[in-house]
Amino acid sequence: MDITIQDYLNILPLIIIAAGILISVVIEMYAKNSEKILPWFSIVIFFSAGYYALFTVNSQSVLFSNMIVTGGTANIFFFLFCFGAAIVSLLSIDYLKKAGIYFGEYYILLQSAVLGMMLLANARDLVMIFIGLEQMSIPFYVLAGFNRKKHFSNEAALKYFLLGAFATGFIVFGMGLIYGSVGSMSIDAIMTKFGDVSTNAVFIIGVLLFIIGFSFKIAAFPFHMWVPDVYQGSPTTVTAIMSTGGKAAAFSALFIALSPFFGDVSFNIFKPFLSALAVLSMLFGSIVAIAQTDIKRMLAYSSISHAGYMLIGVTSGLASGTAGVIFYLAAYTFMNLGAFGIVSMLEGENDTNLKIDDYINLGKKNPLIAGLLSIFMFALSGLPPFAGFFGKYYVFISAIESGMTWLAIVGVISSVISVYFYLRLVVLMYFKEGNEGINPTVSNTALLGVVIAALIVILIGLFPGSIIELISTFVI
Amino acid sequence: MNLEIILFVIFSAIAVVSSVLMVTRRNAIMSALFLILNFGALSGLYLTLHAQFIAVVQVIVYAGAIMVLFLFVIMLLRPADDKGLLEEHPKMKWFAIGIGVFIFLQLAFVILFSSTVGSIVQAPNNIEIGTIQSIGKELYTKYLIPFEAAAFLLLAAAIGAIVLAKKKFN
Repeated sequence: MDITIQDYLNILPLIIIAAGILISVVIEMYAKNSEKILPWFSIVIFFSAGYYALFTVNSQSVLFSNMIVTGGTANIFFFLFCFGAAIVSLLSIDYLKKAGIYFGEYYILLQSAVLGMMLLANARDLVMIFIGLEQMSIPFYVLAGFNRKKHFSNEAALKYFLLGAFATGFIVFGMGLIYGSVGSMSIDAIMTKFGDVSTNAVFIIGVLLFIIGFSFKIAAFPFHMWVPDVYQGSPTTVTAIMSTGGKAAAFSALFIALSPFFGDVSFNIFKPFLSALAVLSMLFGSIVAIAQTDIKRMLAYSSISHAGYMLIGVTSGLASGTAGVIFYLAAYTFMNLGAFGIVSMLEGENDTNLKIDDYINLGKKNPLIAGLLSIFMFALSGLPPFAGFFGKYYVFISAIESGMTWLAIVGVISSVISVYFYLRLVVLMYFKEGNEGINPTVSNTALLGVVIAALIVILIGLFPGSIIELISTFVI
Repeated sequence: MNLEIILFVIFSAIAVVSSVLMVTRRNAIMSALFLILNFGALSGLYLTLHAQFIAVVQVIVYAGAIMVLFLFVIMLLRPADDKGLLEEHPKMKWFAIGIGVFIFLQLAFVILFSSTVGSIVQAPNNIEIGTIQSIGKELYTKYLIPFEAAAFLLLAAAIGAIVLAKKKFN
């Protein structure tokens, strides 16, 4: 095997993040005020890696003994993770001070988690998927419990760790069965031998276990029990990256594992299972979110229902569905980051100001924040001018193309239900008499991050065609 | 019956018996000691598979270093002689038996009835494949990227452990 300079240039985003982790550790060791340097250093790292990934999106190649791929959808995911993490770093600067966890290690763990997501997204081998998954999850377990003094944060970390380990067990067992039936861990080998194994019971059970394990990670319905508690207990900025980057990375791994099946009749075996997951997640998330009084829990249930919408695109088994889900993930990453960003800005000390009722009259007290939050709520509920609408549109279209119109109809019904709780927040902010509610003090860096997220949400909503075209050219 | 099969039967019998004894002991230290025995038997099995380096590493790292840590922790924490989990929740026993039987049947199905696709090649019956040299070659060529990624995984885990366990932040 010969490794050329070009190979290293192709994996430069990975190298940048990896070098960033090592340099951050050194900075943390020697610099007195590392917690002031590291956020800006991470932003530079994330931005350069993300920009380079988008810049080289056309140079598709399979590298290092078929272990990883670069270019194409992998680079689009790189861009999502890196920009998402850059926005989270901006949000974290003042949030960590407020929460009493103003430590540099936070950013090292954030970079490690992003490295894991990137390894997941460009994996071409089950070994890489496993290592990437752990590289992503272990920093998340720690970040969830980063606020060691808080009981809730500890509970969230422990719950996430135990259930996450359980899910990893499923995934590894599934990988074992896949290896047993195919004789190789490489996706390419699975593709070439697919004709022989596609009806093999062991292989199918293996893939099914794999899907179940990743359903934990994407927070789909029967495997969602950890989501509300972990999202509520973790520091808000951690929840922001967990619910966006983590979910997108898990979806990218699902696509890699299912890619041999797409376009093959044997995919029909998984369709009932996947569509049941999708329907239950959508309806459960949307209906239970209505009853929530805590905004972080509400967004957690909304995240479950969004996993359902994205699963529709997976269920279709078409290239258009895959492209639709990637588009949806891009839109969802930035709108959810924005929503959690505003929650983290308004959050007071000791978990105060997190009730939905605390947002009453925000429109009068801070019109800018209220306006931004309304944009994110409109986008999340899928109203037309914003990014969320087109995400749902492409996903539903792919369901109709694959002859599952009923799935699209259930999706539309669920969206209509979800409009209630998203718009209730907007109504509370603008149309409530009286003078109750909180007087927020707003951090400038976090505001910058939220404004960037809002701009991206609007841009994706204005030019959905060119973005979906870009994604579609890379989805086979 | 050649020597290889005799050795396999001996080592696997030790492994099975010691793992059963490990989970049924009430005393945690006894369990740990049976786990060491199990690791030793496993390393014998690795030897019969021409993986002499892995066998040695198994003894040094697992049976040696890690189990010593285990024993230290058990002795330091001195778990009280409480009722076992199964005695407190008798219904869980049936659940556990059900899962165990299910996994056993699944493995039996895989081994006995499943038609392998013919892609599984018989490992070359060669003493060379288990040497440090050939393992190193594989690690630094074919598995270069996973190897480096695993290094970062360990770094992240170490930082995480320090963050969670550090006594006081400055």
